[in-house]
Amino acid sequence: MTMLPTPSAKKLGLVIDLDTCVGCHACAVACKEWNDGGQFGPLPDSDPYGAQPDGVWFNRVHSYNVLPTSAGSATSAMTVHFPRSCLHCETPACVTVCPTGASYKRADDGIVLVDEDKCIGCQLCAWACPYGAREISEQRGTMQKCTLCVDRIYNETLDPADRQPACVMACPTRARHFGDLGDPNSDISKLVDERDGYALMPEFGYQPVNRYLPPRARRDGNSSAASKTLTDTAIDPQKLPPILRWIDRALSR
Amino acid sequence: MRPSFSIICFTTLSGTGYGLLFLIGIVLVSASPIGSPNSLLIALCVGFVLTSVGLLASLAHLGRPSRAWRAFSQWRSSWLSREGIASLVTVPVMAAVGFALCNPPHGRFTLRALGLLLAACCMVTVTCTARIYSSLPPIRAWHNRFTLPGYLLLGLTGGAVWFCAIVASNAADADSVSLAYSILLANALVIAPASALFKRTYWRHIDALTPITTAVATGLDRLGDASSFEQPHTEENYLTREMGFALARKHSVSLRALAFWTVLAAPLFSVAVALMFGGGLLLTCVLWLVVFASTAAILVERWLFFAEATHSVKSYYN
Repeated sequence: MTMLPTPSAKKLGLVIDLDTCVGCHACAVACKEWNDGGQFGPLPDSDPYGAQPDGVWFNRVHSYNVLPTSAGSATSAMTVHFPRSCLHCETPACVTVCPTGASYKRADDGIVLVDEDKCIGCQLCAWACPYGAREISEQRGTMQKCTLCVDRIYNETLDPADRQPACVMACPTRARHFGDLGDPNSDISKLVDERDGYALMPEFGYQPVNRYLPPRARRDGNSSAASKTLTDTAIDPQKLPPILRWIDRALSR
Repeated sequence: MRPSFSIICFTTLSGTGYGLLFLIGIVLVSASPIGSPNSLLIALCVGFVLTSVGLLASLAHLGRPSRAWRAFSQWRSSWLSREGIASLVTVPVMAAVGFALCNPPHGRFTLRALGLLLAACCMVTVTCTARIYSSLPPIRAWHNRFTLPGYLLLGLTGGAVWFCAIVASNAADADSVSLAYSILLANALVIAPASALFKRTYWRHIDALTPITTAVATGLDRLGDASSFEQPHTEENYLTREMGFALARKHSVSLRALAFWTVLAAPLFSVAVALMFGGGLLLTCVLWLVVFASTAAILVERWLFFAEATHSVKSYYN
């Protein structure tokens, strides 16, 4: 059913820390690996080991160059790595535009999923998503998207510590956090409050659940370092302590 | 957006077909004598073929065409589903109109009621088609108040040129001829100019749209100005192919002029021929030439509608 359910109290989602993300693509690779074999897989590629591999990834890591402007808070140029995946919106148009009921939002936890057996591959949902979270599989003829690893997070055969999305488990800098963003007392909700987490393009009105934590203000030691010359300077022996003055004299012979 | 051939055929042919069927409905509703039912019956058949071919072409766009029947289920939220249902509902109405035309004597009231129903069904179907596109906020060239009237007007002018050519080819009596002339004049003087001018307003509107910057799309505008220094993948992917189409902007000026002037001038040209040489074989040939030219122009317009539209996801790939 593509009508949206009444909003659930539980809003599972991800919080991505743009301050610590180093752009290693481990999340994207771990996601591809898990979901190729998971409940919603496979995720086949065309020409996977050839000249032009092509296929669906649920997670794409962009790398941006950010330059200071008068309106922004950045004081110097910086690099920001930006993982982009489904934001599990509260009012996702990708669900309501679906003509078959294949696209749906779970009433219990708010996860947005595609029922592979109902999808006709019309791609209207991909057009309706402002964030590019959906990609069609040419091989399977159906739409694919992030499942928030629903087959991991509730999987009782896994150790409780492993019941997290594959991308979160894989991140070497712990830039990805998983939890309930509907609960103001959850660890990740507190993290969002603490770090001024934000939603992407809220102007579309889709109400994304996922949050991004902006990079922290960079320490700006470079500006004072720049004034120090790194070139050789003549040593003034008269200003050195006696022992160094003696070494200087010995080495100068 | 990638101008997929199947979708362009779908929107153009079904739009034209429903325009033609709408005019048949209006002719039946209007009190004027309709002449021999033969030309209307042929027009009805052509309308059925055009809409059917258009709808079948849309199946070619699906990844799983065999499951297309599932698309009728979500009419409560999806315009695509509503479009499917509306097009399906129109079929028995077409059949009823055909049956009534085939089996005279028919009461004026029956024909008027059926004509009204047919016209309403066609208008609803084309409205649903347009709303599929205009209800998508990430594509700002579609998500505006111009998209729906554009689809309705171009469908109507496309249907009108077909109607004139069909009636002129089969005109056996004076009533049919005067009917063809009145539709021809209405199209040349009102519908076609309105469509062309409306389309020009639409193009001015989309030209004035400013693209969403990468900084705004990523929320990095709170820091400064953002630009990509490395792409997330080395090859193209579905998003860059489907939503990063950029050819149209190179040729848009000439293609827009072609579509605008053809839609505007072709019906006027047929009126000029009718005034100078009267009816007959020459006018019929010219009217079929106009069908060809106008349909081609609407195909170009529809190609531009897709090719010129940009999706917000493109902002991440700047």
